Amino acid sequence: MKKSDITILVADDDPDYLFQTVFNLEKAGYKTVAVESQAEAESVIAKFKPNLAIFDLMMESDDSGFILCYKIKRKYPDVPVILATAVSHETGLSFSLDSEQEKSWIRADRYLEKGIRPEQLDQEVMKLLKL
Amino acid sequence: MAVLKVLVIDDEPGIRSGVSRILNNFHVTYPFMDEDYTFEVTEAGTGEEGIEILERELPDILLLDNKLPGIQGVDVLEYIRKRNYDIVVAMITSYASLDVAIRATRDGAIDFIPKPFTPQELKSSIENITKQQYLKRITHKMKQEGKKIRYQFLSVLSHELKAPLNALEGYLRMMQGKQAGELIDDYATPIERSLQRIQGMRNLIMDLLDFTKIRLERKEEKIEEVKLAEIASASIVTAQPYAIQMDVTINLDVRSDAVISADPGDMEIVFNNLISNAVKYNKVGGKAEITIDSSESEAILIISDTGIGIAKNDTENLFAEFVRIKNEKTRNISGSGLGLSIVKKVVELYHGTIKVDSTPDVGTVFTIRLPKKQIAIT
Repeated sequence: MKKSDITILVADDDPDYLFQTVFNLEKAGYKTVAVESQAEAESVIAKFKPNLAIFDLMMESDDSGFILCYKIKRKYPDVPVILATAVSHETGLSFSLDSEQEKSWIRADRYLEKGIRPEQLDQEVMKLLKL
Repeated sequence: MAVLKVLVIDDEPGIRSGVSRILNNFHVTYPFMDEDYTFEVTEAGTGEEGIEILERELPDILLLDNKLPGIQGVDVLEYIRKRNYDIVVAMITSYASLDVAIRATRDGAIDFIPKPFTPQELKSSIENITKQQYLKRITHKMKQEGKKIRYQFLSVLSHELKAPLNALEGYLRMMQGKQAGELIDDYATPIERSLQRIQGMRNLIMDLLDFTKIRLERKEEKIEEVKLAEIASASIVTAQPYAIQMDVTINLDVRSDAVISADPGDMEIVFNNLISNAVKYNKVGGKAEITIDSSESEAILIISDTGIGIAKNDTENLFAEFVRIKNEKTRNISGSGLGLSIVKKVVELYHGTIKVDSTPDVGTVFTIRLPKKQIAIT
């Protein structure tokens, strides 16, 4: 599959992070659908299957990203999901996909801290889509 | 019903069974306790046996004889002290010599029960010990909860502070890599957005300073007779440039000149936040109305706007820290999420009340009632 055939759904309520992520993904050659809330993301998922999704963790509620992961995996089990957040390890709200327990309840394929470099994001996307 | 485990270490079987009999049918209750306390007694004839039970059962209360066949009562006390057990110890002894008493108290005994004792003497000692144990635990629990709340606050705060930094970093990297073009004009949007995020972060820091100030105790020496209408006028002047930009008209209606005893700085915080919100969440061409009225005992402030309003289920958490209503109408409005939580804190500091009534797309009304005189300041 070519990068230009791939559509990535990006949900983030921080307009700047959304702008930058979309900018970087498009620069790398992907198509994007950008939404600013969990609600919008849900309505997109209802009628459209993206090739990959990137969700922010905290949007309308503190666990919007988790809910979206769960919903998209239920509808499209084969769509890889990246969970992105500015919640850092020092805050104690940290989690990862390292332990079996966390893997069992976080339905994401990758968990990334915000501030990730564009090349790194592209790498992760390619890895998940086996490009 | 909560059960406290009592261990009695005494070499006299009569004392041990006496304690068991008296305490097994005894319960302690106080108006400030959530529940009654009853007791479950375990007996040991020697210090060695007692330590074994201590390790296994972790009792809450220990009744300890000093004169024992093997190791002495004071040795048991020392053992407990070294291991930092959460246990209250009372010595039962007929040899309550000054020397033993001093050593026992130093090692953590809090009470002495003279031997022989009547059931009533034992009961009143146990009552005191229970009360003390209860208070100790409640204090500990409250400290833990306080820590937890502070921790959550800091977690969210660090998130709120990091988000604008991430945005700035992203835009700077974009420019560094010349990703949108060679010319500075190609980056007009990123530059504009960066400046907005910096402004947002500055506002957050200012709000945070207000917030910390209110968390500290109110300063008596700053309390004076404050004319609320004057503070309101000053706040309107501060909000005016923004109001002009938004084409919002602000009206002040002083029905009776409310004067209250307060720190004028605190009142400024209330008006500044509510008036700037009334402008910020308004519609272009809208109105903000500030009404000041008073009854014999209260000052009444009503701040209403013709703005975007708040949905019913969003009003519940409106005054919580870092809560911002996120929807299509608020997406371009920046705020720290601290303003209303600060207002509520100030109002409560003065034993007042704040309530909100709102209809989406029609407007919002905040009503504050503040006692004119502060009786006891906490």
